Amino acid sequence: MAPLFAMPAPRVGANGPNILAAPAWSASLWRRMAQNHTFKTEGLTKTYGEGEAAVHALRGVDLEIPRGEIVVLLGPSGSGKSTLLNILGGLDHATSGTAFFESENLTEMSDRALTRYRRDHVGFVFQFYNLMPSLTARENVELVTEIASDPLAVEEALGLVGLEERMDHFPAQMSGGEQQRVAIARAIAKNPTVLFCDEPTGALDSTTGRAVLHVLNDVNARLGATVLIVTHAAATARMAHRVIHFADGAIRDVVENEIRQSPDEIEW
Amino acid sequence: MRALDHKLMRDLWRIRGQAAAIMLVVAVGVSLLVMMSGMLQSLRETRLQYYESYRLAEIFAPVTRAPMPIVERAAEIKGIAAAEGRIRGAALLDMPGQALPVRAAALSLPRSMTPRLNNLYLKNGRLLTPGHMDEVVVLDSFAKAHDLALGDHLVATMQGNRRAFQIVGFAAAPEFLFTTAPGEFVPDDARFAVLWMHEEALAAAFDVKGAVNEILVSLERGANPQDVLTKLDHLLDRYGGQGAYERKDSMSDRFITEEIAGLSATSVVVPPIFLGVAAFLLYIVITRLVQAEREQIGLIKAFGYTDFEVALHYFKMVVVIAVLGAAMGCALGLWGGRLMAGIYQTVYHFPFLVFRVEPSSLVTGVLTSVLVASAGGIFVLRGVFRLTPAVAMRPPAPIDFSRTGALNNRLRRWLDQPTRMVLRRILRNPGRIGGSVLGIAVGMGLSSAQMSLMSGFDDTLDLTFGVIDRSDVAVSFFEPMPAETVNAMAHLPGVLEVEPVRGVGAVLRNGRESYRGSVTGLVENARLNRAVNKDMSDITMPSQGIVLARALADTLDIGPGETLRVEVLDGRRPVIDVPVAEVAETLLGAPAFMRFDVLNGALGEWGRVSTVYLRVDASEMDALYAALKDMPTVAGVTQREDARAAMQKLMDTGAGAMRYVMAAIAGIITFGIVYNAARIAFGEQARDLASLRVMGFTRGETAYVLLGELAVVVLLAVPLGVGIGYYLSFLIAAGFSTDLYQIPTGFRPDAFGTAGVAVLLATVVSGALVRRDIDKVDLVATLKTRE
Repeated sequence: MAPLFAMPAPRVGANGPNILAAPAWSASLWRRMAQNHTFKTEGLTKTYGEGEAAVHALRGVDLEIPRGEIVVLLGPSGSGKSTLLNILGGLDHATSGTAFFESENLTEMSDRALTRYRRDHVGFVFQFYNLMPSLTARENVELVTEIASDPLAVEEALGLVGLEERMDHFPAQMSGGEQQRVAIARAIAKNPTVLFCDEPTGALDSTTGRAVLHVLNDVNARLGATVLIVTHAAATARMAHRVIHFADGAIRDVVENEIRQSPDEIEW
Repeated sequence: MRALDHKLMRDLWRIRGQAAAIMLVVAVGVSLLVMMSGMLQSLRETRLQYYESYRLAEIFAPVTRAPMPIVERAAEIKGIAAAEGRIRGAALLDMPGQALPVRAAALSLPRSMTPRLNNLYLKNGRLLTPGHMDEVVVLDSFAKAHDLALGDHLVATMQGNRRAFQIVGFAAAPEFLFTTAPGEFVPDDARFAVLWMHEEALAAAFDVKGAVNEILVSLERGANPQDVLTKLDHLLDRYGGQGAYERKDSMSDRFITEEIAGLSATSVVVPPIFLGVAAFLLYIVITRLVQAEREQIGLIKAFGYTDFEVALHYFKMVVVIAVLGAAMGCALGLWGGRLMAGIYQTVYHFPFLVFRVEPSSLVTGVLTSVLVASAGGIFVLRGVFRLTPAVAMRPPAPIDFSRTGALNNRLRRWLDQPTRMVLRRILRNPGRIGGSVLGIAVGMGLSSAQMSLMSGFDDTLDLTFGVIDRSDVAVSFFEPMPAETVNAMAHLPGVLEVEPVRGVGAVLRNGRESYRGSVTGLVENARLNRAVNKDMSDITMPSQGIVLARALADTLDIGPGETLRVEVLDGRRPVIDVPVAEVAETLLGAPAFMRFDVLNGALGEWGRVSTVYLRVDASEMDALYAALKDMPTVAGVTQREDARAAMQKLMDTGAGAMRYVMAAIAGIITFGIVYNAARIAFGEQARDLASLRVMGFTRGETAYVLLGELAVVVLLAVPLGVGIGYYLSFLIAAGFSTDLYQIPTGFRPDAFGTAGVAVLLATVVSGALVRRDIDKVDLVATLKTRE
């Protein structure tokens, strides 16, 4: 477990450190800072369907994810890891139990509030990038910075993923790895509190995959965002602070890495 | 069933909304084709059969009074197959419970009861019994309008003599498909009667014993009607021939010819528009389907299916939609045709009118729609051939938008990213967007043009009865009356104002061009019956010469300053030459005007009056009618309100009704296009939209990206539709305009507004249907699939 009152890693915004620049040096911020976790769930379940046909995707998950960590969720297909990611990401509703993002209860939020939550706090990276083909790399990132409350500069976000030179290219003019890096830039450009990655390297070769993991590592280190990665690739776990193993809709065990490996050292 | 056919059925079910929208468009196109071609054929055949079975004359020659033997002499003219003489007179009928007398034409029947030409179709009762001079047969449509029964009595005034007649039969006749009182151009069953009576009875009433005043003629095959007309005129000249005219110039036949022409024009123009739109829709829908299924296509090919088999699979889908739509259209067309035939039969008084569609026109309808639809499909199939199995193995490449180019800096400042997405999609698919815009615009144009014409008709009504004719009652006389009549009229009960008009029937001639019409003499500063220009200004009656309507001047190929020959058909039938003083832009008909005294002066008949227009104190209307009824010189009394109602009725039935239908179904085009465009945009962008939602865009913001494209399409289409509608309304107006009535056209904000609102409404409905789908999107599932 992380120390109870650990300060979060400094968050760097477009206008400098945002803790001081933030207009609301306020009670809510105090409350948020007082929390030592990003997420906390209790008895979280998710059931699809009813009766005999019911599928129990999550069977009571109790979990605490500290701020600023890289957390890898491992487990076979259908073990519930993606379902958990979707609920924490505000894409899906739990059947029962509670899930807190800092002090806010996600399980009680309306669709509108979840949209707000995603808009303000969450970045997503998917296996298939999901870039807007009709927008250039820069514009794909601007898509997010235009609606975020405290975004990074577009150039900075693309710089973090090493794509300063390709900003005005359309997705069709980029390789898969480059597209995924744009997707990451887009996800981090809003300066998210938490970054969700669902099989981020699933469609990439080892070299490109490693580069993408590097970016995620950097983002975590420099922005202090909590990073949740769902993956099949067990090797990825070595770069995490914490590894959560899933089986049959429940947590089998949680391992904290004493020594984290750099993505370069990870064997693919 | 083979596996691919199972897939076909399921695919069709999946796109059922879109397929239904396309089928609807096909169905409307085919139903119009079936209905109109069937109706045209039925009308043409019915008219021909009716005319032939009842031996309708091909030439009518009115004459003042010609001795009986003239009929045999006429029959000897080369080119004439048969001739018949009859007596025709004007009568006024007293209808019980009705103050206003009804005008009637009284026609003689020979003793044999079967005239050689212009036979009757007896619907009820019997023909006349020899020796019973008080028996009449009455036109069936008039009898129906007044609920007359066999055995009822009618009181008729002929030449000032009142006589009672007993109704023994009801009949229809091919020469009275449409009945109009002389001098009027609006048919009205209730306000004009036709009576058939014994020759002797009529001869006595009109003082033409041993003579006739109308010669009817049928032609030999191949005879030149112009030659016959000339010879007949020559023969009848010394008996007061009033100018023979062909059947096609008779009111009744003219109306139905115009109806057929209008129907024929519509049937050529409108169904192809619907089929064209359907083809375009099939093209974009199937294109999208093939795009979405390219992995499946690759896989199917990888299994060993040939290009041809796979292409056939998609082609079948086109054919199924087209055939189902066409079948629906055939059923709809047959049903609508029967309905329309019913209307036509009532309006035109055909004794029979069977709506029959040749099986061949059904086959044509189906084949045309399949062919046209396939044309749309063929383009898509090229795409199917081009796909290789390897595609299935590769991750999908993002659609390439690079050629839409970067936006310049100025634009960049103004446009947020969602707007850029909308714009780039539009720029990337200019063909599809253009097609949608054009399709909606044509649909809206068609709709607004039709509605524009409808309000044009209403304007005509308002103009006729609000601006031109401001009298309460018009009284016409058998013969031109002396000037004192005006004074006498002013002293009748309730009369507040009197205005005389002199009108003569005449053939207007300029060299080889001629027109059979009339010349109207109006007083200076007329108030009750005026002549107005298109801009509502008065046409000033010149102190010499004649004013011609533009249409008339064009027909006669004559202009101001030239001399027009006027061959008067009434009275002593003088031939006078008058200079054309002015060509006026009149709105209605093809009138020729002269100043009242100038016309009378040219005729050498000072102060003669043929019609007087009256303004009347409404409370004394009945007293006035009673007084008029007793005046032997009065040929007819028209109340303005009746005339207006009759005109409104004419505009609302037949072609008028068709126009309402047209406007309604043009809206279907818009719906078909907008709904399909929305579905396709949604299909292509489902992933993008889901991504936006995941990134925290609200539902409204996400819908904007999807519906923004449609908004642009519709916003482009509406002004284009206004333009198309504007020109189309002129085209259609020109097609429908005749010298009986000209259709005023122009920009009518109400028509275009209504059509625009219909388009927007269709857009909103389609948008709402698709937006419901956006809200249902499973964000996660969409993002995790590969397309």
